[in-house]
Amino acid sequence: MKSTKDIAALLDEPACEHNKKEKSGCAKPKPGSAAGGCAFDGAQIALLPIADVAHIVHGPIACAGSSWDNRGTRSSGADLYRIGMTTDLTEQDIVMGRAEKRLFHAIKQAIDTYAPPAVFVYNTCVPALIGDDINAVCQSAQEHWGVPVVPIDCAGFYGTKNLGNRIAGDAMVKHVIGTRDPDPLPADSPIKIHDVNLVGEYNIAGEFWHVLPLLDELGLRVLCTLSGDARFREVQTMHKAEVNMMVCSKAMVNVARKLQQQYGTPWFEGSFYGITDTSQALRDFANALNDDDLTRRTEVLISREESRIRLALEPWKARLKDKRVLLFTGGVKSWSVISALQDLGMVVVATGTNKSTEEDKARIRELMGEETMMISDGSPKALLKVVHDYNADILIAGGRNMYTALKAKIPFLDINQEREFGYEGYQGMLELVRQLALTIESPVWQAVRAPAPWKIKEAA
Amino acid sequence: MADILKRNKALSVNPLKASQPIGGSLATLGFNRAMPMLHGSQGCTAFAKVFFVRHFREPIPLQSTAMDQASSVLGADENVIVGIKTIAEKSRPALITILTTGLSETQGADVHRNVREFREANPDFADVAVVAVNTPDFTGSVETGYAATLTEIIRSLVPDAKEAGTRPGRRRKQVNVLVSYLLTPGDLEALRDIFEQFQLRPVFVPDLSDSLDGCLTDEDFSPVTIGGTAISEMATLGDALATVVIGHSLAKAAELLAQKTGVPSYVFAHVYGLKATDDLIATLATLSGQSVPERIERQRRQLQDAMLDTHFMLGQLRVAVAADADLLGAFIDLLHEMGAEIVAAVTSCNTPTLVDLPIDCIKIGDLEDMEIIGKANKAQLVIGNSHAVDTAERLSVPILRAGFPLYDIIGGYQKTWVGYRGTRQTLFDLANLVINHSHEEIPVYHSIYGQKPSNEQAKSCH
Repeated sequence: MKSTKDIAALLDEPACEHNKKEKSGCAKPKPGSAAGGCAFDGAQIALLPIADVAHIVHGPIACAGSSWDNRGTRSSGADLYRIGMTTDLTEQDIVMGRAEKRLFHAIKQAIDTYAPPAVFVYNTCVPALIGDDINAVCQSAQEHWGVPVVPIDCAGFYGTKNLGNRIAGDAMVKHVIGTRDPDPLPADSPIKIHDVNLVGEYNIAGEFWHVLPLLDELGLRVLCTLSGDARFREVQTMHKAEVNMMVCSKAMVNVARKLQQQYGTPWFEGSFYGITDTSQALRDFANALNDDDLTRRTEVLISREESRIRLALEPWKARLKDKRVLLFTGGVKSWSVISALQDLGMVVVATGTNKSTEEDKARIRELMGEETMMISDGSPKALLKVVHDYNADILIAGGRNMYTALKAKIPFLDINQEREFGYEGYQGMLELVRQLALTIESPVWQAVRAPAPWKIKEAA
Repeated sequence: MADILKRNKALSVNPLKASQPIGGSLATLGFNRAMPMLHGSQGCTAFAKVFFVRHFREPIPLQSTAMDQASSVLGADENVIVGIKTIAEKSRPALITILTTGLSETQGADVHRNVREFREANPDFADVAVVAVNTPDFTGSVETGYAATLTEIIRSLVPDAKEAGTRPGRRRKQVNVLVSYLLTPGDLEALRDIFEQFQLRPVFVPDLSDSLDGCLTDEDFSPVTIGGTAISEMATLGDALATVVIGHSLAKAAELLAQKTGVPSYVFAHVYGLKATDDLIATLATLSGQSVPERIERQRRQLQDAMLDTHFMLGQLRVAVAADADLLGAFIDLLHEMGAEIVAAVTSCNTPTLVDLPIDCIKIGDLEDMEIIGKANKAQLVIGNSHAVDTAERLSVPILRAGFPLYDIIGGYQKTWVGYRGTRQTLFDLANLVINHSHEEIPVYHSIYGQKPSNEQAKSCH
């Protein structure tokens, strides 16, 4: 089990603004009125997209049984991450102290059956509570079978999903990054190639493939995206990047900070949602890399892509202009998505600031003006009230609010992890507008809101 | 008699099993104005919630005692009591169930004592029923968790006949129907229709067809279940004419109900296929004293016709089935009735009823086991939950989706499997899967003397 000190160290993240704020986004949940995942949830979400690794969940069935085979993230090749693996601990294992032994053999079984380049072992509540030493088991297994076995000590009760993200990042820095140098660069490239990483990019629905061709064109070799469509051998080389981009989320900010500490790699924060932010991210790469030729080529690419996409968006803009949006997402996304919506001429009437920092809020004010309604109460009741009070045409939020909107007969767009459509990059904007128009303009709203004909007669 | 092959590998690969807390939550969600609360870390609840939302595509009321590091180590009694109180104050539900998890059970929680302490300290919440159930996920499955929770709800909420003065048959048309997790909301609607045709009034316990049937209500939002078996109805079970029990996993719950009320029970393993439906219909005819309605007779003849039409596709069909015991038993009977062969039967955990299933061998295991056995025995069709879709793909055979969870199709929760009509549709679905899937064909032969155009002739071998 992680000690309270270990957990406190992970929670103390100097690169996160929450650190200095009184109101922490990671407030202690109240029994009977809690929502959100646990540390295991967060760690698994953060690392599962590493596609060629055998991901073993060490615990009884509920942890893996309810969560494996989540298809949000996509791989361009390897698909071992889609195979659910768990030690499925039984009462006997727990009472008789056989859990460690089962884990050891489970690792062997995974290696024998699937020959993965590495095995990740996720610790959960029950083995943490009975004192399984998963670090020792993993080390011993690694020595026995000659395959890297990485312990990720992320029992659910350690804390929130966010803490789990950090535990995952920490495990990568500690055990994986820096264990291999990148492949040699192609010798015949006409342009200078720079090595970069993206941290916190999950390739949901394959959306990163809207962006990757642009990075290729600019000569930015992505050593690794942590962790969308990543491979173990890519994670190993992350220490060699010239610059790291924290994508759209602070969840694994400890990785960027530690890479800076240990290897001197500078990092910046950015987003690929919306035209403005995508261009900004590309410019930030060029600035950080301090390469005049790259800067020039970046500007050429941006102006080409922006004019192309603005032309393609023109017919949609007319349909979406002035539509009123209630945006409810946590943290950084609250401002990064605003710029995407404003690019379309939509009006963001209110935004959630549940997990946002003062800096996030300042940026929101900058984008939306001082009068902006900021919502911190994310309960279904409160959200619906804002939708009605502000005449919103659509609620944009995470999947868990989908049925809040639908049951109240309000158009909805899913913006979080679980969604099935990719919105990143210039090209992703086209999918975004298509999905927005699809729900806002749908004829079903009229059909579900109107009373049955005989009810109208009764009323008259 | 079936041989039960126990689990023999350390790692479970592509698990079939859903946990006991999932089963307990499902049972709770079939009661009106109810809220299940898992006693564990927040993730236990978050995962279960996502599991149900993906299956039912509905908002799911589900709470957590939110155990953290300190309460996991030092004790979480306070979490349970505060949790109950918070829910009771906020939403005043009719029923709260406290379902334990691996974490709280390993820690040594005593939720029954917690509930007693809550009761003593909070007499003003006497109208909120609170039922604690032991449902750790290191044992059992969704089936056992569901059954255990139903048993405890009956224990707490159905009064003994002696005390309450209930009398079997006082309500001459009421039939209690204890239903296993294998019945979908769609199944319950079909059963209700059948019972009503016999002028009987079924009281489903629990009733997911009234709470998770996917129904747009006038209310924008409700923190607890809308619909389901009314808690007040539980006091009337003792006055019923009879109790119909569907699913052997509910044996204990049924026994307890009979013991408490004296109402005679009629037990059915399932209502899949001609024979099983015949048994139920015959019983309803006897109970109601009515002859079988013409509409039902006609549906029976429609099913017989469908059996004739589909036996060409389903006869000798080699099927791999992965399901929990009740559902597995239902498919075994249905497939045998059609002359199909079950070449792989996999279930997630051992239960007392498994050995009685009419099949040679049942493997306790996961979807990898089904894949290996199915491959060895040349399975031609897979029956399993949405997780088994990849398995079927790797086996290059079609899949009939059944069980929990069904997340890659819309409306899986509403499919009707039972009765003559449900069975007929299932046979059609099975047959269509077989027809539409390319089956083994005789390889094309090109005659060496053939006079077909040159581009059609066999490529000569050198």
